[in-house]
Amino acid sequence: MSVLKYLPLLRANLWRRRIRTVLTLASVATAFLLFGILLALRHAITGGVELTGADRLITMHKVSFIMSLPRSYLNRVASLEGVRAVTGLIWFGGTYRDERTTIVAQVADADTLFAVYPELALPALQRRNWLQDTTGMIVGEALANAYHWKIGDVIPLHSNIYRKRDGSNVWDLRIDGIYRNSIGGDTNALFFHYQYFNEPRAFDRDRIGWLVLRVSDPAHAVAVGRAVDALFANSATETKTSSERAFAQGFINQVGNIGAIISIVVSAVFFTMLLVTANTMSQSIRERTAELAVMKTLGFQGSQILGLVLSESLLITLLGGGLGMLLARSVTVVTRRALQQYLPLFDIPAGAWLAALVVAIALGLLAGALPAWAAWRLKITDALRQGG
Amino acid sequence: MNFNTLQQLGAITAMNLRNIPSRLSSSLVAAIGVAGVVTILIGVLSMAEGFRSVLQYAGHDDVAIVLRGGSNDEMSSGLSLQQTRLIADAPQVARGADGPLASPELYVIIDVPMRVTGTSANVPLRGVEAHAPQLRQDFRIIAGRMFKPGTFEVIVGQGAARQFRGLTTGTTVRWGSTDWYVAGMFADRGSVAQGEVWTDATVLQNAYNRGSSFQSVRVQLRSAAALSDFARTLQADPRLTVRAMSERAFYQEQSRIITAMIESVGSVIAILMGLGAVFAALNTMYSTVAARTREIATLRALGFGALPVVTSVLTEAMLLGLAGGLLGCLAAWLGFNGIETSTMNWASFSQITFAFKVTPALMARGLSYGLLLALLGGLLPAIRAARQSVVAGLRAG
Repeated sequence: MSVLKYLPLLRANLWRRRIRTVLTLASVATAFLLFGILLALRHAITGGVELTGADRLITMHKVSFIMSLPRSYLNRVASLEGVRAVTGLIWFGGTYRDERTTIVAQVADADTLFAVYPELALPALQRRNWLQDTTGMIVGEALANAYHWKIGDVIPLHSNIYRKRDGSNVWDLRIDGIYRNSIGGDTNALFFHYQYFNEPRAFDRDRIGWLVLRVSDPAHAVAVGRAVDALFANSATETKTSSERAFAQGFINQVGNIGAIISIVVSAVFFTMLLVTANTMSQSIRERTAELAVMKTLGFQGSQILGLVLSESLLITLLGGGLGMLLARSVTVVTRRALQQYLPLFDIPAGAWLAALVVAIALGLLAGALPAWAAWRLKITDALRQGG
Repeated sequence: MNFNTLQQLGAITAMNLRNIPSRLSSSLVAAIGVAGVVTILIGVLSMAEGFRSVLQYAGHDDVAIVLRGGSNDEMSSGLSLQQTRLIADAPQVARGADGPLASPELYVIIDVPMRVTGTSANVPLRGVEAHAPQLRQDFRIIAGRMFKPGTFEVIVGQGAARQFRGLTTGTTVRWGSTDWYVAGMFADRGSVAQGEVWTDATVLQNAYNRGSSFQSVRVQLRSAAALSDFARTLQADPRLTVRAMSERAFYQEQSRIITAMIESVGSVIAILMGLGAVFAALNTMYSTVAARTREIATLRALGFGALPVVTSVLTEAMLLGLAGGLLGCLAAWLGFNGIETSTMNWASFSQITFAFKVTPALMARGLSYGLLLALLGGLLPAIRAARQSVVAGLRAG
């Protein structure tokens, strides 16, 4: 039996009450527009977790990340078995022009930075220039775009944490390179040389914020992490090592239970939409009681009628769903550049399309179920008598 | 409008409303659609409201906070012992029996696991001296006792004790290589301090290698009006590069980004959901009008005017909106009011504990939004009802 031959019938049924069909389509599309945008938002906030390296560990002070570690820890960790590379970073607390807007500025060990973060992609010449220029920095593409910075610009970067011995809190930095992220991660950061930072600073000299390790074999990451913490156990500065992923997840958990909040909103939206679509479908079936009875008289099987009603409902949710998701996609494309600085990963994740399809089908089946069942059970004589 | 129109209006509207039960399922759908939107709108805004109020309660106009110049938050600020004394000695600072009412404080964070997720969070740990409770008028110990100065003892805020693991009065917690005894729990009228852990400043200075330095000074001013004089006095002192502001202004600044973010995301959600609800309401009202085609035509034939017809349809829509709005308010109040949670304060990367707060003002806002949606959903169908031809209407059905 070909389904296609029912298409004209479906179209005629849907087009009978144009306003109603259009309005129902529009409300379903709105629901999916919101669905798409919320999933893009969740991806923007939590997507960074998926981009973390499975082979990277983060070691920080056991009490809290604002406490620093001796720089000598770098060499001691580097000599551990299973550690492929290790680098040290410091949170600079950078601000530029407006002291209320913090820039993600980190003090780095240039020699080891790229070994630990191979995704920082930079033309070879720019990279060489930076390695040779102690007063230089490399800036992520998004950050450079946000402030219209170009290679060669000298940027006075203020720190809201550190002071120089002369009382100033400004480090002048020349832009030697602009990096991209080869795996699509965030590029809202800048890195500059440890020596240039450490020499003039007034306090906490020769200490670093935290270590980032890359292990030779991700399967042994947990063991390496334990070995690092064991190395410094019972010392004045104990450490806590976690996988980069667990660290990123923990950080996001601190922002709040975003997943739960988004799920609540999405369920409220779909519950409402389910009611709307189901209501439209039952209205439409009620109006056509007599007609359905005639079809049955003409020899249509109960199952065929059931299929027709369900198809009608599915057609509405699939069309509306597709339309809504396409709209959501356009919204993310149009706003991505404007939002790049705040939500660098604002994009509908691949999984969301599949989820939308599943939800659209479920919504269509649920909304059509009751009217379809009523139509299937319809007694011809009753219906014809009632329809008059 | 003459008396006749008024009478017609009353008659049609009453008849219309009496008939709602016959269109129950579809009317219910429209009302529930509005209710869903109103619930979510109030829910999201109550989060912003709770966040704002937890910071606002903490802020008094006659308490000033002094930070290092260029710092916006306590975390990145730093003041030497000598500087804190100079600040406390300013003439605008109120004095008690044992000297100026000033509280130099330290602000650091510690890793404590959250109850909900089990992952660690940055809980603020504040080092204070004896005057600290005096600068917070609503501070009181609600369990146990105050910490003993000079010992590894802490007191925990009521909110922090509920949000984070292991902060139970009378037990010991291990942070780093030190065991801390939780001596008591305190409340501060739901303010931001309730999400913090407090200990003796000297103990904290040693534990965090801070020497004798502090990060902020809170002072009780003689009056709120003395603030600008106070700031001028500090500015005139060459030994100080500091920034003084009222505690209220300080906390308003801290909450600005997050409340703006929650409110803008909430508005986008509410507008889109509202659009969906308007479509649903339009659908309902159009079918209501369609079902009443013959009835309306009969009324028009009997001499009823267009205005009463429009009004009756709009009234029905607004009543559905009202019912939905009230339902939404109730659902939001039952579902969200008082839920405790915590989030990151981006200014200092530390946790702020707060509770969702469904206020009457927010409910009024939700309700009026629901009514607006109903009005939008009823307007077009009402116009169509009034404009349809009497002859065609009588023939229909």
